[in-house]
Amino acid sequence: MASDSLALSASEKVTGWRLFLKTIVARAYPRIIGQQREKSWILFEILLPMLAVSAYVYVYRAIGAPEEYVGFVVIGGAMTAFWMNVLWMMSSQLYWEKEQGNLALYIMAPNSMMAILLGMAVGGLFATALRAIAIILFGSLMFQVQYSITSFTQLILVFLLAMTALYGMGMMTASLFLLLSREAWHLSNLAQEPIYLVSGFYFPIKSFNFWVAAAASLIPLTLGLDAMRQLIFPSGPALGFLDVTVEIAVLIGLCVLFLIGAKLLLDYMERLAIREGRITESRR
Amino acid sequence: MPDHAIETQDLGRVYKIRGNKKESQVRKELVALENVNLTVERGELFGLLGPNGAGKTTLIKILTTLLAPTSGWARVASHDVVQAPSLVRPRINMVSGGEASGYGLLTVRENLWMFSQFYGMPSGEANQRIVELLRLVGLEDRLHTKSSDLSTGLRQKMNIVRGFLTDPEVLFLDEPTLGLDVGASRDVRKLIRDWLDANRSRTLLLTTHYMVEAEELCDRVAIINKGRVLACDAPANLKRNLRRDAIFEIETSPLNGLSNKILADQPEVKKAALTEIEGGAKLELILEEESALASVINLITQKNIKILRLSKREPTLEDVFMELVGQRMEDVEKEEAPDGK
Repeated sequence: MASDSLALSASEKVTGWRLFLKTIVARAYPRIIGQQREKSWILFEILLPMLAVSAYVYVYRAIGAPEEYVGFVVIGGAMTAFWMNVLWMMSSQLYWEKEQGNLALYIMAPNSMMAILLGMAVGGLFATALRAIAIILFGSLMFQVQYSITSFTQLILVFLLAMTALYGMGMMTASLFLLLSREAWHLSNLAQEPIYLVSGFYFPIKSFNFWVAAAASLIPLTLGLDAMRQLIFPSGPALGFLDVTVEIAVLIGLCVLFLIGAKLLLDYMERLAIREGRITESRR
Repeated sequence: MPDHAIETQDLGRVYKIRGNKKESQVRKELVALENVNLTVERGELFGLLGPNGAGKTTLIKILTTLLAPTSGWARVASHDVVQAPSLVRPRINMVSGGEASGYGLLTVRENLWMFSQFYGMPSGEANQRIVELLRLVGLEDRLHTKSSDLSTGLRQKMNIVRGFLTDPEVLFLDEPTLGLDVGASRDVRKLIRDWLDANRSRTLLLTTHYMVEAEELCDRVAIINKGRVLACDAPANLKRNLRRDAIFEIETSPLNGLSNKILADQPEVKKAALTEIEGGAKLELILEEESALASVINLITQKNIKILRLSKREPTLEDVFMELVGQRMEDVEKEEAPDGK
């Protein structure tokens, strides 16, 4: 009886790209399923952001800003969900995984750590998309936002590129956090507000000096948001930073940069962490 | 090249520890492992026995590719852990006592399924195997319980199932029964034995500081203390070396200034350990000759200490440890604890 139960049958364990895909699905699973089981996100990630969105909407209306600004704010509010997800659930995630004891199991398993990070990204993207859609729906209904989409194809392309580059950036920074201990928490806090400012979540980045806006464009959400607003609102192009096609080209570049950067940095950091004994323990 | 499950040569690990602010950048060195030479054959259940802080976990971390050695080399399933970790990892798995891995929002089945996927197991087969293994450890009724709702002991059983799930060539169990009650520990020990019996090409390396567990389960045991392997053999052989000695346990009334040192200074007393117990003390003595007992009893009675019970017993691994280290494992752990308790 023992041998029947304990022996693994002859069917092969998969390797290579099939193992890579299985790992992505398996690591995405807790994020997707977790959202269904933990309903507190409705308060923290829809209702609270809606307060910030509402504040900006009332300010714009009070000073008589063009009505498109209300739409800008709602779209910006929806996209902040992705930034928060990357910051708290991607970048600093490996620190928490280390604290829980999962990181050692991920590294010891034959899967690729890139697949683990991609799984986290895919799961996070899916779960956050639901939140972003909810914010757009609530915001649009509450403030009667009018949309006039000029190109669905470009809009979807921009969104996908912005997300790929953004989560690529999250994967890259996650590698850096592999070596950090409690300071990971402080670094995430430190990054949160400045990014809100420079990525133009609540106003067009054209308001900045050109070079400040250009520097802010290294954050994928900045150009993604700018291009999406140009494609969604009639007055968007007049308030846009660069032409949409240029922004698409830059976003493609950022995707390549961050994904390759994530792979190289992750390999390096893993070797360093194993050498210094930081996979299972915080800094000695 | 011989096909050993585990092989190490002059393996060492030194940690560099940062000093506090006053000591600025001065780094201290902590030798966690020193010149460890071990060979574990395929099919063996090999035990690493030693007190907390002896270097057992450091050795397991190196063998599971999670930590690089600072000297020497190690091979697992015939592959070098530093040069070829990608060849070692598909062949191994590890479970640590008291670990809190997995995600609390997932059920027991979901957590185990997730980890099985990282090893490329087909989903259907993984689910079937999860049910079988949970049944063997008596956890089948918790299949759909969120892991955050499990007690520490049940969670540890889930972790143990995770280790066996992928049917590795070499399984590392680091203090697997830590925190488990007697019944649960027995279930786990049975699972370990059955798993090895089902396929004799599998190998299991177990670390423990429970002497009885090591004695009951292991084909061979390495006794490790302060990063060094002090002895390595079958439990019976280790104990055989002590069999010509006489081992006595004496329970007495409270000690009147009698100390380990006074006892150990008696002729033909090889090792002595004193433990205070309720209403008195327990003395464990390893004597070169039985005749030496008379002088020990004399010493005790001269100090007006009453002898409540005296028995001679067969040597245990605890006695082997005491013979090698000079102290009982419990006393070593007390000394090494930061607050000395």
